[in-house]
Parts: sequence; C-alpha cells; structure tokens
Amino acid sequence: MAKPMEKITWQEIETGSVVTEIGNARQYETGSWRSERPVVDAGLCIKCGVCWLFCPDSSVKQAPDGHFEADLVYCKGCGICAKECPVGCITMVSEEG
Amino acid sequence: MDKFSVFSARLVDKTENFTSGHRACQGCAEALAVRHVMKALGRDTIVAMATGCMEIISSPLPLTSWKVPWIHNAFENPSAVISGVESGMKAMMRKGKLPYKKINYVAMGGDGATADIGMGQLSGALERGHDFLYVCYDNEAYMNTGIQRSSSTPYGASTTTSPAGKVSIGQHTQKKNMAQIAVAHNVPYVATACSSYPFDLMDKVKRGADTPGAAYINCLSVCPTGWRIPTEDAIKYGRLAVDCCIYPLYEVIGGQYKLSYKPYKKVPVTEYIKGQGRFRHLTDSDIAFIQGQVDREWEKILKLCGEGK
Amino acid sequence: MAKVRKGIEVSIAMSEAVAQANVDVIAAYPITPQTHIVEHLSEIVAEGHLDAEYVPVESEHSAMSVCCGSAAVGARTFTSTSSQGLALMSEIFTIAAAMRLPVVMALANRSLSSPLSIWNDHSDVMSVRDAGWIHVFVESGQESYDHVFTSFRIAEDPAVMLPVAINLDGFILTHMIEPIEYEDDETIRKYLPDVKMKNALHPDSPVSMGCFGMPEIYTEAQMHRQVGVVNSYGTIVKAWQEWGDLTGRYYRPVETYRTDDADYCIVTMGSYGETAMEVVDSLRGEGEKVGVIKLRLWRPFPFEDFRREALGKKTLIVVDRAISFGGPGGPVASELRSALYGVPGAPKIVNYVAGLAGRDVARVDFRNIILEGKAKAEKGDTDGFTLYGVRG
Ligand SMILES: Cc1ncc(C[n+]2csc(CCOP(=O)(O)OP(=O)(O)O)c2C)c(N)n1
Ligand code: SF4
Ligand code: SF4
Ligand code: SF4
Ligand SMILES: [Mg+2]
Repeated sequence: MAKPMEKITWQEIETGSVVTEIGNARQYETGSWRSERPVVDAGLCIKCGVCWLFCPDSSVKQAPDGHFEADLVYCKGCGICAKECPVGCITMVSEEG
Repeated sequence: MDKFSVFSARLVDKTENFTSGHRACQGCAEALAVRHVMKALGRDTIVAMATGCMEIISSPLPLTSWKVPWIHNAFENPSAVISGVESGMKAMMRKGKLPYKKINYVAMGGDGATADIGMGQLSGALERGHDFLYVCYDNEAYMNTGIQRSSSTPYGASTTTSPAGKVSIGQHTQKKNMAQIAVAHNVPYVATACSSYPFDLMDKVKRGADTPGAAYINCLSVCPTGWRIPTEDAIKYGRLAVDCCIYPLYEVIGGQYKLSYKPYKKVPVTEYIKGQGRFRHLTDSDIAFIQGQVDREWEKILKLCGEGK
Repeated sequence: MAKVRKGIEVSIAMSEAVAQANVDVIAAYPITPQTHIVEHLSEIVAEGHLDAEYVPVESEHSAMSVCCGSAAVGARTFTSTSSQGLALMSEIFTIAAAMRLPVVMALANRSLSSPLSIWNDHSDVMSVRDAGWIHVFVESGQESYDHVFTSFRIAEDPAVMLPVAINLDGFILTHMIEPIEYEDDETIRKYLPDVKMKNALHPDSPVSMGCFGMPEIYTEAQMHRQVGVVNSYGTIVKAWQEWGDLTGRYYRPVETYRTDDADYCIVTMGSYGETAMEVVDSLRGEGEKVGVIKLRLWRPFPFEDFRREALGKKTLIVVDRAISFGGPGGPVASELRSALYGVPGAPKIVNYVAGLAGRDVARVDFRNIILEGKAKAEKGDTDGFTLYGVRG
C-alpha cells in the first residue's frame, strides 16, 4: 500500500521516482466520482459479459451465480454498460436520495 | 462467432494489465482501448508511452495502473524510447548479458503525440524497422491540454484552437491519414481499429505484436469530454464512425490491403455527426459536403482492398 | 598489463574506448565537431569489433530518447553531440537525469547559433548546466580516453545512477592527433563491471518509470535528485582514485599547477589549461607569482576542493568561454564568485570571456589576460567581465 503522496518524504522516493508496486492505482477508489449507479436485474441477465467487456474502468465483476454486476468501488457511473447490455437489464439509478 | 459480434465477451482473458483506479473521465473509450490493447498484449510486454491523457490518468506518483513494465519520457518520443528499449534488450540478449525472452515492445501515444509532435520520431522508428508495435489512440484532438485541434481532428470539428465562429467552420483541414503514412514506410503490418470493436482491436494488436519488424495501429478512441457526447454513448459513436465509413477498419499486411469490416448498410454520416457537440454548428450543406468526402475516401479504401466496383 | 601507446586522433581514441567499455547501444546524430566519434563507432560496430546496436536516429532529440530507453533496460549506453544537437535534445537531456538513467555522452563543445558557427566554446554546455548531469571537462587526448571508462563506472554506480557528460573542446581536442596510452581489455574489464540496475524495465520485475508528479510530491522528487547529484562526488573521487591506482593516471576535481606559492591564479576549464601552464611558466621566469587552477569537475561543483585551492590567493583571473547575456558575466566566474561569497579572506575575481566560437587565444593573449587581470584586481576593478579582444 503506497502512502498518500502528501506524506511521502524525499528519502522515501525511489531513485528516478520509479514506482515498484505495480497496479497500486487500485487503492484509489474512483467510485466516489459517481452520481449514478448501474443496477442489474440479475433475473434478466444472460451472463454474456458485454458490460464487462466495455467498461473503461474494469469495474464490472461476475457474481458467484454467474451474473455480472458493477464493482461500486471503482464504477464511475458512465452508463456504458446500461447502454450496451443486449437485453437492457441494467438501469442507471441516481446516487442521491 | 465472428469478431464483430460481442457475444463471446466471456471468452476474453480476465487478467487486467491496466487496472482500475485510473483517473480517466467517465466513459473514456480511450482508457477502454488501452485496457483492450493490454489484454491482447499480456504481461511479457514493455510499454513506452507519450505524454497525454492516458499517461496522466494512469501514473500519478506514487500510484500506477500499469502491471507491465512501463516508461513515460516525453510527449513526442515514445517511438524513439521504444527503439532504445528494443535495441538495448536485443543487444544484451545477444551478448548473453540477459537470458533470451520473447517480449512485445510497444509504443503508445495520442493523435497529437503521433500525427503532430512525434511524427518525425515515429517515421524514424518505422523506417529503421525496430521490432515494435506503435498504437495511436486517436481521439482526434489534444484532450489532455483541453481539446485543442491536432492534424488528426476531422474537418468541421470545433475545438478550443479551431473554434467554430462566424467566419470559421472550425477545423478547416482534412484529417491526416496516419495509417496510410505508416503504409508508405513499407512496414509489414498496419491496421486501423476502434475500441467499439474489441475483438477486432485485440486480434490486430496480437497480429501487430507478433509481426517481426515495425507495426502500426491507429485506434479510433472516442472521448466523450472532447467530442461533447453523453458518456454512455462512447461505444455507440465508435460504431457509428465505422458504420458510416468515415473511419474504415482495415489491415495492410505486407502491403496488401484487406477490409476488416463492411457495414451491411452504410449509415448516413449525419447520424454520426448529429449528437456530437463538436459538430453542433454544422449546417445540412456542411454535412452534405462531408458526406461527399466520406464517399470518395470509402471508395478509395474499397478499391485498395480489392472490393471496389 | 600490456599498455599500448598510439599517436591517434582524440575522437578515434574515444570511440575505441567506448568499444573497450563493451557498450550495448550507441544512438547519435552527426554534427560537427562530434562526427568523427560517431562515424568511427559505427565502423567499429559494422566491422564486428564491438557487439552493439548502433541506432542511426533521425535527430538528436531521438538520440537522447533512444538512450533513455536503452539505459532504462540496463544496457550500457553511449551518445555524443555538440551545440545545436545538444540544444535540440535539451528536453530529453534533462529528463535523462531526472529519471536517473546512466547514459554517457561525449560533448564536443561548440558555440551556439546565431551566427551559425561550428567552432569551439562552452555556450552549448552552459545552456544545460542545471539539468542534473555530472559534467567533467577534459584537457587532453589521454584524459578523453580515460574518462570514458571512469564516466561509465560513475554513471552506473548504484549509488549514483546519473548521466555523465565528458566535455571536450571541439576541434581543439576532438581533431587533434595526440599520443595516447591504451589500457588492455583485461584492465578495463576489471575496472568496469557489467551494469547491475536495480529497477531496469523487464517483464520479470515490472516497474513504472516517468510518472506524473503533483505539487504534493514534486518537491520531494527534486530533493532526491539534488542529494543524488551532491552525493555522487564521493563515487567520482573514488572512481578516479581507483583508475589512477590501476593505470598511474590520477585525476582530481580541481587540478592545480604551480599554485603553492602563487599570489594569483588563472582559472580555466577544458583544453586551455595547457596553454595557460606554458604562459605561467614563462611569467614565473619573469618573477610573477602566478599559477593555474583547472576545474575538471563542473557538476557536482567541488566547493571544498575549489575553496581549498582558492583561499590564500590574492586574485583569481577566470577565463570563461561563454556569456550569460545580461547576467553577471561568464558562468564559471559567477559560480566561483558565489562559491567564495562571504568567505573571509577570499581572493578577488576578475573575469574574462575569451575564445568565443574558436577565436584564437594564443599565448600572448593569455599573458595579456593575466597581467591585465592582475592590474585590474589591484585597482579594485572586479565587476562584471571583459570580452577579451572584441573590436570597437
Ligand atoms: C514538448 C511538449 N509540448 C507540449 C506539451 C503539452 N501537452 C501535453 S499532452 C498534450 C496533448 C496530448 O494530445 P494527444 O497526443 O492527442 O493525447 P490525448 O491527451 O488526446 O490522449 C500537449 C499539447 C508537452 N507535454 N510537451
Ligand atoms: S457505469 Fe460505467 S464505470 Fe460503472 S460499471 Fe458501467 S461501464 Fe463501468
Ligand atoms: S451485458 Fe447485460 S446481460 Fe450481459 S452480462 Fe452484463 S448485465 Fe448481463
Ligand atoms: S479527456 Fe477524453 S481521452 Fe482524456 S481522459 Fe477524458 S474522456 Fe478520456
Ligand atoms: Mg488526442
């Protein structure tokens, strides 16, 4: 887990400012950007994975029963999955109220 | 299942080499393209990337979205940096300083990095024939710095440095055809692609990476922010670009053109243009003019691909 | 140990040193007066005498970019340029240092345009003074040859990881034929081990290089660089000492000639040192208590060494080879003035800028500079600088 940048001392900088902990951007949770959330009607989902394939944030995951749903830790709420779902089983729902 | 349907999505490798937590705008199909490209390449890859949206959003110190060795150096030089990476690895492996390993050497940049400021360096690397793949994420403007025009911005688009105004249509020049410029270097592999067609894109990336020598892919990458479209429509507009033939998908393998996809029905260009904020000011006659251009270019491509009338 | 002594052009000797250093990648673009170095290197590679990739890039900007890529994978990397070439690559020149990529460059010093000129001065290197490279100035063919090895050793030291520029005066040195003692390959192998880079780019141990820095972290990254450059001093001195122990040729950050009892000294950097020594010899014969201080290491600036040599002298007459337009004078004099600022008993500094774009500075000119400089200091006329020999 990388320290927040404002806590890092110069001694903790790697030579050349190299980052050695690959993929650690996952500790930055982009889900907080969202104003709308995709909600999947699991009963209608045909488990095709189209939503997963088109998510720019790799924030769709497969539930144990095989249907797909948003990973709300990262989902930015762009609505692509809802638009592209071939059966229309994803609805964008406001995060407020 | 043909690669222009998406119902085999589940067969795609689940490994993410470009992780969540990146800071691209909502619905960024350029980030989606990077994700697809990195899936196709796999982990035995070294990436050199230009300054631009994809670099900024993926590498704010001390964080990185990259799971493969990745280097950013400057805006215009990923082609030269990857030339050095490839040359260094080649020399060290040949001399026994490093054990042999098959590695994909890949340079990436936006259309600004590729068609404008880094054009000479790309040309140099293609001409020298390094064993590498160059992927241009073409979102048709300098998005990172606030939607300024590039030479890849299409005719009629309004950007912050080619604004539409009383006496200006916006961008008044034609989009630079980078794929054909790459072809003119006689490299063994050139293709156009788009992240709305992920299977086609991933196939081409694999083919480009597997081709010995230099390969070039121009990937249309829809940018909802710069194109001023709703975020959920990012995939749709990529598809429309291909269906209206303003952005044909093809490969040029060893100099032979091959059309990747021919729309069942050629969609009128107005369907692509209307709804995009950057083209909002265009009149019907402007659009008719663009339609004429598209038709002519499409015929040229068909002919090159041996599908002409 | 089989040494060989050859009468050879300095550029050729330098490229042969690069081959002896078993370099992996050379990327360069031709520019006078560097051309003989890279031409000869491409020939060495073409003849199979060195197993390396010679990348014939389409510009100097690409040359340094290729060098960054190749150094980033841990390959031993060499380039060479001059003047406009350096100016064109300056963006990446800085980045190479910031990313701590241990490239070694032979910088054949030449004036900057305009007017276009191909001849020697130091305006090219001074334009990149603050980029974070280690800068060494050499004075002779032998030094040019030797510093190829010491520079790789320093650059690639895990405690340093910085690019090194070997500054040699264009034409005055690059095109001279001099007697040079070559070391055998065995000695070089002993002195210069293969590169062992901690964070080299490789799929087996992926890292991200060249990330984006927000204001919250940029300052820390710069502090890390500053400490890195300052601390490289220790490695530099050690590498030169070990080279001396192996070859009998010792180098120090600040070299002196007849300074022990000198009241005043002429300060030079680069190939002027030899002429200065000859003139000092003749002035000594006339009873002048004069010596020469030669700066070999320009970055990191050797403050301690310089002060040790400067203190106790009455006057330093500094010969610069570049102008800082509208600024305080020549870059070397400005540096020395600030190094001595507030130091009790510091000598007076008189500054001359001479030999721009290859304008000949003969012995008589040195003599004039020394005697006139001494007189100026005695009158207290020490402000600014004099552009030596300018007409009008
Ligand atoms: C030498 C230099 N000039 C200008 C810039 C500013 N700059 C950074 S990214 C960029 C535009 C990037 O556009 P593009 O390559 O199309 O990538 P995008 O952000 O659209 O993905 C510009 C102008 C820079 N970083 N370096
Ligand atoms: S709304 Fe956008 S970010 Fe969220 S899961 Fe769907 S496609 Fe991904
Ligand atoms: S696209 Fe729709 S049907 Fe397909 S997996 Fe996602 S939610 Fe289910
Ligand atoms: S500006 Fe466009 S390309 Fe850049 S991150 Fe945002 S959506 Fe993506
Ligand atoms: Mg762009």
